Amino acid sequence: MLFERVGDRGPYFGEFGGRFVPEALIAALDELDEEYSRAAADPAFAAELDRLQREYTGRPSILTEVPRFAEHAGGARVLLKREDLNHTGSHKINNVLGQALLTVRMGKKRVIAETGAGQHGVATATAAALMGLECTVYMGEVDTRRQALNVARMRLLGAEVVPVSTGTATLKDALNEAFRDWVAHVDDTHYVLGTVAGPHPFPAMVRDFHRTIGVEARAQVLERVGRLPDLVAACVGGGSNAIGIFHAFLDDPQVQLLGLEAAGDGVETGRHAASITGGVSGVLHGARSMILQDEDGQTLDSHSISAGLDYPGVGPEHAHLASIGRARYEPVTDDEAMEAFRLLCRTEGIIPAIESAHALAGALRAGRELGPEGVVLVNLSGRGDKDVDTAARYFGLVSDADLVASEAERVSGPVEQTEANGW
Amino acid sequence: MSTTDLPAASAGADTTAPVPAGLSSASALDAARAAGRSALVGYLPAGFPDRAGCVDALRASVAAGLDVIELGLPYSDPVMDGPVIQAAAETALRGGTRIRHVLESVEQLASAPDGERAPVLVMSYWAPVLRYGVAAFARDLASAGGAGLITPDLVPDEAGDWIAASDEHGLERVFLVAPSSTPARLASTAAACRGWTYAASTMGVTGARTSVGSAAEGLVAAARGAGAERVCVGLGVSTGEQAAEVGAYADGVIVGSALVRALSDDGVAGLERVVRDLAAGVAGARG
Repeated sequence: MLFERVGDRGPYFGEFGGRFVPEALIAALDELDEEYSRAAADPAFAAELDRLQREYTGRPSILTEVPRFAEHAGGARVLLKREDLNHTGSHKINNVLGQALLTVRMGKKRVIAETGAGQHGVATATAAALMGLECTVYMGEVDTRRQALNVARMRLLGAEVVPVSTGTATLKDALNEAFRDWVAHVDDTHYVLGTVAGPHPFPAMVRDFHRTIGVEARAQVLERVGRLPDLVAACVGGGSNAIGIFHAFLDDPQVQLLGLEAAGDGVETGRHAASITGGVSGVLHGARSMILQDEDGQTLDSHSISAGLDYPGVGPEHAHLASIGRARYEPVTDDEAMEAFRLLCRTEGIIPAIESAHALAGALRAGRELGPEGVVLVNLSGRGDKDVDTAARYFGLVSDADLVASEAERVSGPVEQTEANGW
Repeated sequence: MSTTDLPAASAGADTTAPVPAGLSSASALDAARAAGRSALVGYLPAGFPDRAGCVDALRASVAAGLDVIELGLPYSDPVMDGPVIQAAAETALRGGTRIRHVLESVEQLASAPDGERAPVLVMSYWAPVLRYGVAAFARDLASAGGAGLITPDLVPDEAGDWIAASDEHGLERVFLVAPSSTPARLASTAAACRGWTYAASTMGVTGARTSVGSAAEGLVAAARGAGAERVCVGLGVSTGEQAAEVGAYADGVIVGSALVRALSDDGVAGLERVVRDLAAGVAGARG
């Protein structure tokens, strides 16, 4: 079946999940749940989504073996699931197309989204343009500056980008603002939540739209290698790409599932975004999950070089998989991720997203443990175009003069939307 | 932790006075009803503009006509709040306001002298209560003399622990209904409330508005029809005129952002002026 395994529907995943939202949103969540259930049982919906995936996204995404990179991973075979080759440059489009189709089915005219690195915002703006929907994207003001290229992309696609300056001005605050918008405009607006977090039915629904990653990859590895991988690695912020690739392997106990969380400067420093490794059970953004919070339940600031992983929570199903031991979650520091980033660029000619570089770092670790007989599947969730500026600065590839010049060209405050000719 | 272990209050309140028993917000609503008017319910975040200032401002507000105090527990991610209350909560958090300080404030307000004392409901997002421990929070809130808790992001479906804890400690629990609530949800929410039901006047977040949602009156009637004993209306009320409009049909009129703004802009004197205007509004609503 295209969607859902029996028993994985939510609203709870063990002790995690649920709906911790204002009453005003319950009706919209119920409507979404019902519409999604109808769509999941409707062959026409599956056929349309399948057509879009093939003809628009470019699915199935290919599997690339990376032997030169693997020399640094204990000689284990390393295979990359190339979600970076999807239209819009990441896995995010899988979920967005599904939710945009649902928006049209519900008769709503407008979508809103939150975005951190900008990939989900770009994907949502893309789907909105494709289907003739209005689109507003909320983005932390800090992120609008570190991902200015994606802000421009969204605006080119016709979306309104709203910089969010409240709280920490990052992804979690963009989510808050999107929820506020949704409460006020729920009649004509659908909130395209970008990860497997949030209130039911989002965690299960978003996962279902991403399951295609794992379903394809499982078949591709079997065909390529003749057996299942020993380990599947994926980066985890909210956790959508990871749950998408993990799910097809849940019933294969011999396959280890490894989620790599952003450890920033190191979990021990407190400047990190590793919610499972360094968090506690709590409530954030509508669901119970593992959260970075203080002893008063206040959400802590997260930190990562990767805007897309810079989130103090994680999807409830990941919290559950960690609690039952089916998947394990390990931290990867900024420096480890950037070393893996550099390595893939130099050994294979592939520039990954910094998010995905966390998974690559995990693959290097795991490969060294497994040795030459091991087979590691890595979800390369996105491409690195958006991160070139960050990486160039990290590695000192641009001169101080260039940095000064590019800073001078940037607006000092939030990125303002101007009435440019024709836009 | 028991509030008896708390350090001495700095707000000038006599914390040695016994906390009066039975100071429920429902009784304040009933008293207002008996007087032929709606009750005025006022919100400020604990710790805003600072801990002592908040308590002083609320005591002055009660003297100016506030019937029920809604004391906000500042939270880092207040999705139901608009910019005014968000900014106030950020101020309170930057000032170091913790849950124990909120409970201290409850105790100081609940033991204020006659004329400055009103039932105190805490309004809190669920994350801080869950982290503190639901049973422990109920115990300490009751021990501080709090009347109960308003939970903007906790629906009864998820509230099993809180329902048990509030029953055990005799605390009021106020859940919200919204214009989008179905008849079935109105009934189940009304049944889960103890004290009263909070009707959100509009689909949106807190903040002053030029008009109160037209759905509010119908929602109050529907909630009553679904079994709600008392229904107060919040979101968007900021003037005496609006308070009069809502007070004509609701058991209570809830005001938040307008009080926060008045206190920010004009201090306690400005806050008292706004409260008097609102109190006059509810007093004249059914004239």
